[in-house]
Amino acid sequence: MVAWTEFERATIKDIFSKIDYDVVGPAALCRCLVVYPWTQRYFGNFGNLYNAAAIMGNPLVAKHGTTILNGLERAVKDMDNIKTTYAELSVLHSEKLHVDPDNFKLLSDCLTIVVAAQFGKAFTAEVQAAFQKFLAVVVSSLGRQYH
Amino acid sequence: MTTLSTKDKQVVKAFWAKVSGQGEEIGTDAVARMLRVYPQTKTYFSHWKDRSASSPDVQKHGRTVMAGVGDAVAKIDDLKGGLLNLSELHAFTLRVDPANFKILSHNLLVVMATMLPNDFTPEVHVSMDKFLAAVALALSEKYR
Repeated sequence: MVAWTEFERATIKDIFSKIDYDVVGPAALCRCLVVYPWTQRYFGNFGNLYNAAAIMGNPLVAKHGTTILNGLERAVKDMDNIKTTYAELSVLHSEKLHVDPDNFKLLSDCLTIVVAAQFGKAFTAEVQAAFQKFLAVVVSSLGRQYH
Repeated sequence: MTTLSTKDKQVVKAFWAKVSGQGEEIGTDAVARMLRVYPQTKTYFSHWKDRSASSPDVQKHGRTVMAGVGDAVAKIDDLKGGLLNLSELHAFTLRVDPANFKILSHNLLVVMATMLPNDFTPEVHVSMDKFLAAVALALSEKYR
C-alpha cells in the first residue's frame, strides 16, 4: 500500500486538472516514439511513423495519447488502489499487447518532460518528486501481472 | 558506443548555444532535482551539511557539472579522448555508479524542458538524450 502525503495527493490532482489530455497525451506519446524509436514496434498498424513530422501528425498516435491520459486519470481518481485499478490493463499489456514493461518507464519519462515544459518554474523539485512517484506506482502496477 | 550523427551534433551545439547563458541555473536546478527526486543519489554527498537547492555546495556542484557538459559539447567529436581526465576522476576517485549518470541526464532534460519549452522539441530531446548518454559512456570509460 503506497503512502501518499497530502502534498502529493494535492499535487497530482492539481496537475491533472490543469493539463489538456488531448494535448499532453499525444505530445508525450509522440515524444516517446521519436526519442525511443524502438517503441514504435508496438504501433505497426498505426501507419506512417517514418519521421518526427509524420509521428506528430499521425491521428492514430494522437488518439492513443489521449487514451493513455484517460487511463492515467483512473489512478488519479483512486490513488489508494492503483494496483487493483490496473490489474486488468496489466494483463492486457502482458498477454495481448506483449509490451516490454521497460517501455512504461520510457513513456513516463516523456510524460514528465511534457508536463515540465507546460508548467515551467511551477514544476518544482517537490512537484517533480510527487509526479514521478505517482508514475512509478502506475508503472509498477502495470507490470505486476506479467509472468 | 553511441554514435552521434552529424545532425545530432548540430542540434546539440545549436541548443547549447541557446542555453549556455543559463548554464549555472540549469546545472544547479538539475542537481537539486536529482537529490530530491532520487534520494539515493544523496549518498554521494554525505560530506555536505546542506543538500537543499539553496545550499552553496549544491550550487557550486551544479556549476561544475555544467562546465563539464559545456566542455563535452566542445569536444563532441571525440568524447572518449576529450573526457579522459574526468573519466579517471569518476572511476578512481569519485567511483560514482554509472547508473547515476542516467539519473542526472534525465534531470538535465527536465530542467531544459521547464526553461525552454518551445525549443526543447522531440527532435532536440532525442539528440540531447543521445549526447548525454554518450557523455555518460565516455565518463565510464576508465571504470574497468
